[in-house]
Order: sequence, then structure tokens, then C-alpha cells
Amino acid sequence: MTAEWEAVVVGAGPAGLMAALTAAQGGLRVLLLDAQPAAGGQIWRGAAAGQRGKAGELLRGVASHAGITVLSGAEVIAAEAGGQSHTLTVSAEAGLSHIHAARVILATGATERFLPFDGWTLPGVVGAGGLQAMSKGGLDLRGVRVVVAGSGPLLLAVAAGLRQKGARVLAVAEQAGLPGVAAFGVAAARLPGKAREALELAAGLRGIPYWTDAALVRANGDGQLQSVTLRRGRREITLACDFLAVGFGLVPETRVAALLGCPVTDAGAVNVNAWQATGVSGIYAAGEVCGIGGVDGALLEGLVAGCAASGQIERLHDSPRRAETQRRFQATLERSFALRPDRLPSPSPATIVCRCEDVRHGQLQGFTNWTAAKLQTRCGMGACQGRVCGPACQTLYGWRFGGVRAPLAPLPLSQLLAEPNTLSPP
Amino acid sequence: MKALVIGGGLVGAACADALARHSALNGQRVRVTVLEPGPVGGGATAAGMGHLVVMDDSPAQLALTARSLHLWEALAPALPRQADYHGCGTLWVASDDGELAAVEPKRRAYLAAGREATWLDAAELARAEPNLRPGLAGALRVPGDSVVYAPVVAQFLLERAGAAVRRGAVTELRDGGVRLASGETLRADLVVVANGIGAVSLLPDLPLRQRKGHLLITERGPVHVRHQLVELGYLKSAHGGDEDSVAFNVQPRPTGQLLIGSSRQFEQPDREIDWLLLRRMLRRAAEFLPALEQIAALRIWTGQRCATPDHLPLIGPHPELDGVFLATGHEGLGITTALGTAELLSAQVFGTPSGLLQYDFTPARFDRVPEPAHA
Ligand SMILES: Cc1cc2nc3c(=O)[nH]c(=O)nc-3n(C[C@H](O)[C@H](O)[C@H](O)COP(=O)(O)OP(=O)(O)OC[C@H]3O[C@@H](n4cnc5c(N)ncnc54)[C@H](O)[C@@H]3O)c2cc1C
Ligand SMILES: Cc1cc2nc3c(=O)[nH]c(=O)nc-3n(C[C@H](O)[C@H](O)[C@H](O)COP(=O)(O)OP(=O)(O)OC[C@H]3O[C@@H](n4cnc5c(N)ncnc54)[C@H](O)[C@@H]3O)c2cc1C
Repeated sequence: MTAEWEAVVVGAGPAGLMAALTAAQGGLRVLLLDAQPAAGGQIWRGAAAGQRGKAGELLRGVASHAGITVLSGAEVIAAEAGGQSHTLTVSAEAGLSHIHAARVILATGATERFLPFDGWTLPGVVGAGGLQAMSKGGLDLRGVRVVVAGSGPLLLAVAAGLRQKGARVLAVAEQAGLPGVAAFGVAAARLPGKAREALELAAGLRGIPYWTDAALVRANGDGQLQSVTLRRGRREITLACDFLAVGFGLVPETRVAALLGCPVTDAGAVNVNAWQATGVSGIYAAGEVCGIGGVDGALLEGLVAGCAASGQIERLHDSPRRAETQRRFQATLERSFALRPDRLPSPSPATIVCRCEDVRHGQLQGFTNWTAAKLQTRCGMGACQGRVCGPACQTLYGWRFGGVRAPLAPLPLSQLLAEPNTLSPP
Repeated sequence: MKALVIGGGLVGAACADALARHSALNGQRVRVTVLEPGPVGGGATAAGMGHLVVMDDSPAQLALTARSLHLWEALAPALPRQADYHGCGTLWVASDDGELAAVEPKRRAYLAAGREATWLDAAELARAEPNLRPGLAGALRVPGDSVVYAPVVAQFLLERAGAAVRRGAVTELRDGGVRLASGETLRADLVVVANGIGAVSLLPDLPLRQRKGHLLITERGPVHVRHQLVELGYLKSAHGGDEDSVAFNVQPRPTGQLLIGSSRQFEQPDREIDWLLLRRMLRRAAEFLPALEQIAALRIWTGQRCATPDHLPLIGPHPELDGVFLATGHEGLGITTALGTAELLSAQVFGTPSGLLQYDFTPARFDRVPEPAHA
């Protein structure tokens, strides 16, 4: 099969936007795909090309460049690596297309990690990023009592955002210890241009109790969340609330990379070299799919990947220094918020781990790896195909999540029955 | 007696179980060790559909599948709930009058083999399966057929057998034992080669070919089906030749999902999805079940069947190697026939009676008779 596209970028968050623009500036015909209805990724969800700042600038740049075709609402549901040409199977409203590309840049970002705890399936228990997205989408949170719990800097961003929308954030419960969190705060404020952002965030959080070393014990309620029990030291505290917004850090979204055979690190991120090249020829990766490090790292990696894919090596003269700064920041982030088993919720045997297939903690404890557990209990075989319980099992039992299969999202059979579309470069 | 079973798929697990049960019944102590590099039931056993089905393409196939269904019925009450054993029966669907002509001989053959089979006319078929398209000619209903989730059964049988499971691949068959990838050798009085297609790496002369298949599972959905539905021409016309083929074969899962097959392709050892063939397969299914258009796929996968030239398994002593028995080559029926295979193997090893002994499943049949010409 001949390669039709010179480059396809999967994911239109900061990394993908930057990579697409850079590769197009280097002369490549680029197709930029994203499953969401609009470009922007997680952090710039809902951003508009007209707005000021980096998001608007990049969105404008991408939209106005003749070498870039943007396709929103287009999800890569299958992928196959080939020698000269890689094939991505894309599902969009118009149907299925098989896209062939000489180069692929993966910028698929990250998703939140959820861990099971007693009561986590009660209505009212939501993902931290999910509640943030719901409030951006119009959910009225005025006067609503929210407890934010789990781990990572995202909890703070979410708490500040919810408060700004009128929610009463009762506490942010962070499993990491104070020394780590403080080290992270210092590192973040030292990043170029970040001190002001940190101050603004701090202002947005004023008055919200931030409890480090706090463990989430359980959510209480009868058919609906009523309160949350946390543990600080030896003391258990129960807070009555309407929402519990949880998240235990982010997990790189490596499923397209897995289908393409790209090697991943022990931490579950796509392994890349200094040019953002993966272990598979012609395939690059950039942004949080390569490790959690925030928007600035994602932009930098997108630039490097776009340059490398289009051979603009001369543009990269100062990138090693910036990359080193980013790497140090990323390492601090990882260390500061490393999940600590004694601060994580310990579910009881009857607690559901796999929500799609109703598989409980007690059924899973005896297994030694993901595949064996999946085969015997159906854990991860349901609608989400292990998207949620895979990373949870990794944290709970130390299993490496494997066995990613197409389609990556439920796929209407009507699309498989119809002739595929051709999606060729203009 | 020390027995080594190579392969922890359903066939190996059933053989281990039969050997262990023989020892329990006859006081002869048989210690069984199963050698398996991967998870139990993670090979073709995990890829297959788990339809327990009587088939009549040859007298030997009919005898083996009918006996196996009988053994499944006996095993069913002991199975754990997670085995999802479900007696849904099969409907062999006839599209037109031409196909209808095949129903009566098939019904007689099933009855003669001791399996119930009844004829449904067009109206009865429509009542039994309202989601099938109107205008079908009728169906043969085989109520004793079932479905099962095979990896759980494999694990259950190994536990029941009290078999030791050793992680590791066998790299070589030796006189009186095997050699493992680790370099270690294990000695045994009996070695059972039950590693599916992996058998060709140990015995390259075996007449085995891989035959790839695609399966798709849907979401829990609004489209309900009561029986496993298979087109009447399934094996003979649909999958009879050597070229790539598809046939209508849909299974209701106890979860409310549908498992959709089937495709067959020789010499495609990879696991990639062939989108063109998948589309052909789904279009065939949608011809019978138009409502499939309305639901979504959760997962698509492929698996390899392990086929012999006459589409019957290899069960019996290796023609040259002492103490080595084969139990492989089950193509698309190894979940069904694992139990019959294990009973026959045990009869061959211990000299106990089995009605299956009158058919020639031994590997030596290919040395004796010329390869049957293909239709
Ligand atoms: C839920 C959530 C909320 C966050 N909120 C904040 C916040 O408030 N403040 C903050 O500073 N940081 C936040 N972050 C972190 C922030 O997302 C990252 O720092 C940064 O945006 C990473 O950029 P990226 O380009 O690597 O990935 P992302 O911005 O995550 O973009 C990845 C894109 O890839 C697309 N994609 C993934 N898989 C496919 C596929 N198979 N087919 C097609 N498209 C695909 C996704 O739709 C997404 O648009 C959040 C992260 C998450 C997960
Ligand atoms: C798509 C598809 C649909 C099917 N549908 C049905 C159906 O509906 N009904 C039905 O009855 N049958 C069906 N089958 C057929 C059925 O799945 C197989 O016949 C059956 O699983 C064979 O079991 P097995 O134990 O021989 O092989 P496997 O399950 O493949 O087990 C062999 C085991 O041996 C191990 N192994 C390999 N090499 C070595 C070595 N060197 N040393 C040690 N161990 C080794 C492997 O890891 C594996 O676990 C289907 C098959 C496919 C592919």
C-alpha cells in the first residue's frame, strides 16, 4: 500500500497542534485528527481561535495553514504499523476510513486514573477532570458541596475552577506528603513564566483546606453519595457533600501506540528518544502520551516531533536545554505525587473493580497477571475494554495492562457494513 | 505412572482431567503435570466461540461431537458459574427451498446419533427468532447444543484433576520425556501433545495447517437472539473449500451481547484484522439479522484454528515415538470435542472401552490412506 499522507497527527491537544503546525511549516502535508468535536485537547477544551494567548495563536496557525487538514470528531479505532506506510482506521460521523501515512505523530495525551474504594460506584462520585468538564459544559455548581480527593496537581486546578463556578469546595485531600508537594510547588514556580500562574492558582484556592498525607477511605450513602470519609494520621473525618471529585494522577493514553507496537516504559508511557521517535520507524510521539509533564512540556515535544518528522533539525538548536528543564520538572512531579500504598484506599473484597463486568476485588486478588485475570474473571472485557480497570489493576496488583484490541471505542456495525470512505490529501 | 500434558488449552486440560479420573477409578496412580508457557486457556481456547455443537460432515465427526455433547451435559452441573454454560440450542437456518432439502437427512442423522432435532417451518422460525429477516425457509432446531466460556472450564478441569501446572514451553520431545525452553528435561511414562498449532514446532511432519478466523462481540444491546444461529450450509458450502470464506454464525451471550462469526482463511498466520473479509462476514450476518445495523462492536479479534486435511482431529499414539500421544488438530470444534477427545485418549492409553474407538482418529491414518481429495 502506498502512503497517501505524508504525516498524520493523532490528537489535537497542545502537543498535536504544535506538531502539526511545525511539520506543515517543514513542508509536509498533514492530517490532524481528534476524537473530540473541536481541537484543543484537555487543557484547551472549548478554546477558540479568536482568543488571546498560546491556545488561540496555535489554533489560528493550524486553521490557516494550507498544508494542514483538520478532522474533528474522528477517532482512531484501529492501527497497524507497516514498513513504509502505516494504516490508521478512523471512525467519524461520515463513516470509517483507512488512512495510510508515511509518518505518524501520536499526541493522544493522558486520561485520569481511577482507583476503586468502597462506595466509588455511588452516583455523586465523579472524576475530578470529569466534573471540571461538566461544569465547563454548563452544569450549575453554585452552592454545591464538593470534596476533591486523590492525588496530583490536577486536583488543585480542578478545585480552583469549581470554586470559581460557585461550588463550595470543602477540602482537597492529597495522598502525597507535604515535603513532596512543597518540592513540586518550588519546581513549578521556577519554570519560565510559571511563577505568575502559580500565584494565580494559589489565590484561586485561598480558604480551601489542602490536606496532604490524607487517605480517601470510602464514600458513604444509600443509592446516592451523602458523605466522604477521609483519614488524616490516625483520625478519620467524615464530610457531608454532594459530589466527590476523585483522581489519582494521569495515565498516558497509549492505546493507539500499543496497536502500532511502540514500546512503552515501565511507567506506562511511550518510549521516545531525543527526537521524539518511538521504537517503530516513522512513528513519533509527543506530549503526555510520553509521560505526564504539563502543557509546556507537551508544546516543546510537539515542536521537536514536528521538526524531526519533517527534517527541520536546524530549528532544534536550543531544544536540548529546554528539554532538560522539562525533564527535571517531570521527574519532580513524578516523585512528588508518587502513589503510596499506605495512603491509597483499600477496597474491601466485595468492592467492584471492573464496573463493566461487575468483577470484585476479592475475585482478582489471587491472580498473578492481567491476562490470566481477564481470561478467568472477564475483568476488562466490557464496554470500556479495560480503560478504567486496567490502570487501577496496575496500581492495586502491580499487573501490566495488556491486550489492547480494536476497536478502541465502541464502533457502530453500520460503519463496518458500509464501504469505507477515502480520505485523501487535497 | 507419570504423565506430561503439553499445552494448557481446553484439550490439554480435558486430557489431564480424564487421565486423573482414570487413576481415581482404577486405583492406578497417575501423576499429571501440564506444561504451559502462557495463561491457562489463553490460546485458541480464548479466541474461540465456545459453541458446543453437533456436526455431521462425516460419521466420525458426528460420533465425536454427539458423544462430546453428552459428556458436556454430564459435566455441566459441576461447572462454576463463570463458565457461563448455557443450553441455548442451535438453529440451522435454511434460506431457501434448495437448502430446505438438506434438513430432513440432517435431522435423521442427528436422531440416529441420539441427539434431538426438530424441524421448524418458516412461521415457527419467525416466532422463535423474531429478529431474523422475514422470508427464510425454515430451520433445524437442535435443542441439546450449548455455549460455554472455555478458559474458565480449562482452569476448572485442571484444578479438578489436581494437575500440577508448570510454566514453560516444551522445545523437544525426547525418548521418555520432554525438554523445556529452560534446558531442563522432564521424564514421563506418557507424553500427551495437546498444544494445538504449537505441535508443528515439536513434530514438523504433522499434517496441520492454521486456519484463521475473525470474531466480533457487540455491546449489550437491544437486539436479542435466543439460539445460536448458524446457516445451514455452514461447513459444506460456506467453509468447504480452501479459499477465504465467511458464514452466518451468531451466538447470544448470557450478558446480552452477541458474538458474531465466522470467517476462515488458510495461511494467514498473523493476527491482524482483514477489514475486507470482516465486512463480508458482517454483511453475511446482517443478511440474516438486519437489526445488527443498529448495534455497536466492542471488540474484534482473530484466532487460529489448527486444521487437518480431513477436518478430523489427531487423537492417538504417535506412529513412531513410544509413549507419545497426540490430541490436536481440532480445527473449529475443539471446545466441543475436547471432552470426547479426552475420553478416547484415555481409552487408547488404558485399554478402557469407548464407542469412539471404532472410528479412526489416529495420526497413523494419514500414513495408511491417501489424502482425501477435496471437494
Ligand atoms: C481530564 C483532564 C483534565 C485536565 N485539566 C487540566 C487543567 O485544568 N489544567 C492543566 O494545567 N492541565 C490539565 N490537564 C493536563 C493537560 O491535559 C496536559 O498538561 C496537556 O494538555 C497535555 O497535552 P497533550 O497534547 O499531550 O494531550 P491532550 O491535551 O490530552 O490531548 C490529547 C488529544 O488526543 C485525542 N485523542 C486521544 N486518543 C485519540 C484517538 N484514538 N483518536 C483520536 N483522537 C484521540 C484526545 O481527544 C485529546 O483531544 C488535564 C488532563 C486531563 C486528562
Ligand atoms: C475464531 C474461532 C472460533 C472457534 N469457535 C469454536 C466453537 O464455536 N466451538 C468449538 O468447539 N470450537 C471453536 N473453535 C475451535 C477451538 O477454539 C479450538 O479447537 C480449541 O480451542 C483447541 O484447543 P487446544 O487446547 O487444542 O488449543 P489451544 O487452546 O491453542 O491450547 C494450546 C496451548 O498450548 C500452549 N503451547 C503452545 N506451544 C507449546 C509448547 N511448545 N509447550 C507447551 N505449551 C505450548 C499454548 O500456549 C496454548 O495455551 C474456534 C476457533 C477459532 C479460532
